[in-house]
Amino acid sequence: MSDNNKNTNRMNRRAFLKMLGGGTLLASASLVGCDSNNKREQSGSLKNVVPAGGMTYRVSPTSGDKVSILGYGCMRLPTVKNGSARDTDDEIDQEQVNAQVDYALAHGVNYFDTSPVYCKGRSEHAMGIALRRHPRNSYFIATKLSNFSSAYWPEKDSKEMYYNSLKELQTDYIDYMLLHAIGQSGTTQDGKQLNGMEALQARYFDNGILDFLVEERKAGRIRNLGFSYHGDIKVFDYLLSMHDKYKWDFVQIQLNYVDWHYAKEVNPNNTNAEYLYAELEKRNIPAIIMEPLLGGRLAKLPDYLSARLKQRDPESSVASWAFRYAGTFPKVLTVLSGMTYMEHLQDNLRTYSPLVSLSEEELSFLHDETARLMIEYPLVPCTKCQYCMPCEFGIDIPSIFTHYNKCVTENYVVKDSQDENYRKARQVFLVGYDRSVPKLRQADHCIGCGLCQNACPQGIKIPEELHRIGEYVEKLKRGLL
Amino acid sequence: MVKKIRVALAIVFIVAITLLFLDFTGTAHFWLGWMAKIQFLPALLALNAFALVFLLLLTFLFGRIYCSVICPLGVFQDLVSWVSGKRKSAKRRFSYSPAKSWLRYAMLGLLAILFVIGLQPIVGIFDPYAAFGRMASNFLAPLYGWGNNLLADWAEKMDSYAVYSIDVWIKGGTAFVLAVVTLVVVSVLAWRSGRTYCNTICPVGTLFGFLSKYSLFRPVINTEKCNGCGLCSRSCKASCINSAAHEIDYSRCVVCLDCLDNCKRGAITYKRRESKTSVNSESIDMGRRTMLTASAVVLASSAVKAAEKKVDGGLAYIEDKQIPERQTPIVPPGALSIKNLTRRCTACQLCISACPSQVLRPSSDLTRLMMPESSFERGYCRPECTRCSSVCPAGAIQPISVDEKSSIQVGHAVFIKKNCVALSKDVNCGNCARHCPVGAITMVPSDPNDESSRKIPAIDEERCIGCGACENLCPARPFSAIYVEGHEVHKTI
Repeated sequence: MSDNNKNTNRMNRRAFLKMLGGGTLLASASLVGCDSNNKREQSGSLKNVVPAGGMTYRVSPTSGDKVSILGYGCMRLPTVKNGSARDTDDEIDQEQVNAQVDYALAHGVNYFDTSPVYCKGRSEHAMGIALRRHPRNSYFIATKLSNFSSAYWPEKDSKEMYYNSLKELQTDYIDYMLLHAIGQSGTTQDGKQLNGMEALQARYFDNGILDFLVEERKAGRIRNLGFSYHGDIKVFDYLLSMHDKYKWDFVQIQLNYVDWHYAKEVNPNNTNAEYLYAELEKRNIPAIIMEPLLGGRLAKLPDYLSARLKQRDPESSVASWAFRYAGTFPKVLTVLSGMTYMEHLQDNLRTYSPLVSLSEEELSFLHDETARLMIEYPLVPCTKCQYCMPCEFGIDIPSIFTHYNKCVTENYVVKDSQDENYRKARQVFLVGYDRSVPKLRQADHCIGCGLCQNACPQGIKIPEELHRIGEYVEKLKRGLL
Repeated sequence: MVKKIRVALAIVFIVAITLLFLDFTGTAHFWLGWMAKIQFLPALLALNAFALVFLLLLTFLFGRIYCSVICPLGVFQDLVSWVSGKRKSAKRRFSYSPAKSWLRYAMLGLLAILFVIGLQPIVGIFDPYAAFGRMASNFLAPLYGWGNNLLADWAEKMDSYAVYSIDVWIKGGTAFVLAVVTLVVVSVLAWRSGRTYCNTICPVGTLFGFLSKYSLFRPVINTEKCNGCGLCSRSCKASCINSAAHEIDYSRCVVCLDCLDNCKRGAITYKRRESKTSVNSESIDMGRRTMLTASAVVLASSAVKAAEKKVDGGLAYIEDKQIPERQTPIVPPGALSIKNLTRRCTACQLCISACPSQVLRPSSDLTRLMMPESSFERGYCRPECTRCSSVCPAGAIQPISVDEKSSIQVGHAVFIKKNCVALSKDVNCGNCARHCPVGAITMVPSDPNDESSRKIPAIDEERCIGCGACENLCPARPFSAIYVEGHEVHKTI
């Protein structure tokens, strides 16, 4: 592994493990046992476990909207085959979507975040059907002008995308409208690479679309106008510098306890959430939080880290800490969670009904101590968004990263053959690799063409990471570690 | 009692040898590999003096024990014959028949001549061990593989990593068809009349027959106790007991010892021979046409292509690689040369079954029929693997170490510019250079006058060992932009 300062890191972990002692075992046992059982025994019914009517709300200083702290992210809707519509072409399970929307509304969730590109373009349609069954004033719809592809950059095409959103969502106004993922680079029709700033100009300024959206806001068809930010910090700063002109009603940022101090360590293109949040707080702009779980990674921590959280609160899920963390910041309007399954929804409702804010000590425990231990792991910050797919050469990029991260998290990525769990780790890594990724789609087939590079919102250097993993596999196979 | 020991040993051998053809992990070979190495023809080809002396001594002492215990095809025939004997009408279906010596010696002589003039593939067809190997690797190994994959699926559900999936595919059409023919011919012969194959066709049987005539221990008829009932003849699957004359043809007796228990009067015992031996009159009986009719059976069989991976949703389609036309075939490191391989290989398929990288497959070329050759559509000859060289019982692929392998040149890579994606798709690649285990490939600008032009591979043929990593991992499909040409003679670099 090509990690820097691995020795010190390893020492830290060792020392830490020693300190923790037998606690790990005990605590991980509680992970399966205590959580639901205890509560059920005391209350005797699941109804009380998922409280109705206890939801915490935040009021937007700009529009006065009373928004539930839990926002429903609609990028991973359930499919008929019980998967997520983001990952597969399987049909969306509309019945299940309806059921989960009903349940969410009944338990106080009133913010639904979708986009024309989510679920391979099927999310808005499904949400339109589900939400249409409820009074329009009982919820807020957020959608985006997701004109990533240069095919949509002309004014006419971008507008068409907007009108289509209204149609799919079966409504005549949008509560929250976002410029989608500003800061990301782009590619023009003739293949020219644009940096974050240039892409912003091409997508929203040169074609007059931003002005058009401002007009729509005046006309009341857009109630709140804002943007979501990924990547180049210059673009974020630039848009905020024009706050006086555009009066952003909200801004959507990536915030979680790892990104607070260590965003750069996770992804050199990212900026610490501490800075982003402070910039918004300064201007009294409400923040909407995305990636509170860092692509799901904060729901499944390395074993000994999750044990520490369980020790502090054996009855709560690991994910709940990340949600409480994001919710604790007062300027946060809502925290988005892309919920595929009812259990996700119920667990989040438990966390936020009501939100118990974290203490100073707990905040620091998460974003200083836990995050520091997290970034020691050579994880790839892939959120499985699939934007890089399909790879022209057939590589299954997200599955490779997922398998690798899983092995890192479960301590099955070893540094040399002297490690005590080397044999087991080798077996788990190699056997599991063939199971999760067909041979022809594995990392050794990545030719490094870099066509995927621009597509990654996390700025992962995909070919480099694939080659790193490919080399690791080669070393395992040859016994060269 | 002696018979029970013989049967138990026979079962141990056939099960273990079958396992050699099924096990893809290499564990079985570690413990049981010697069982393949003491098979006669492989031992002869490998000039394995120890095994040969052992076998000759064994036969000289105990008769053709080799045929009833060690030879997997012999035991296989006993199994077929035993099942056949379960039928009511076939309880004691054998009868004495005079030896068809002309056929036996003719076969042995012919095969010996063929071997000398270098038509080893034909000899391999009749070698009993290799014939069994082809059946095991063509019929049982796929079943075993599928079973393993079912288990692997289950293990995956159980979150266990103990069992992993493997590719199951029919590796060669000719070998498959020949295995079917062998199976049908041998089974029909065994079903009808026991050890006909061993005593008419099998060159190894005939050879051991010479020796066993003079073996020290043998079944002997006590003429004083014998009442000439003929039960022994009718239960003798070698048809070698002439009960009327109280004689046993020891050149054909495979020491199955069935006659011992079948004699109600205890007149037959397995013991040291007495001073004088009687040799049978060798009359010729043209009556039996079993062998001839059965060998005419031709079975057309379409090689069933193993089910490929399920279709994936959001993934680009990957076209299958096709085998490039190689001027010289590639044979695995350790084979020394194509000549050495063809001289010694019995085409038993053990190396092909053992290859974990799906590289080896039986050749369909007539001069190397069913002998292993390498191709890299499914994998490449991995640097850490020397499996085929360690399992070969015949010395066709000599044992090599991992270190030696890295310097054995079995071929060299050839670049086909028009296939290279760097030019055809205008992308950066260099996957061949990235994975070359000996660093024989350097990426150079395609336009010598333009440093920034797309890079294409430059191959150092002297350093290339012909492992096929570049060919296998080349993104160009169906034909790779870089492929390996074999060498007639391997050399160490």
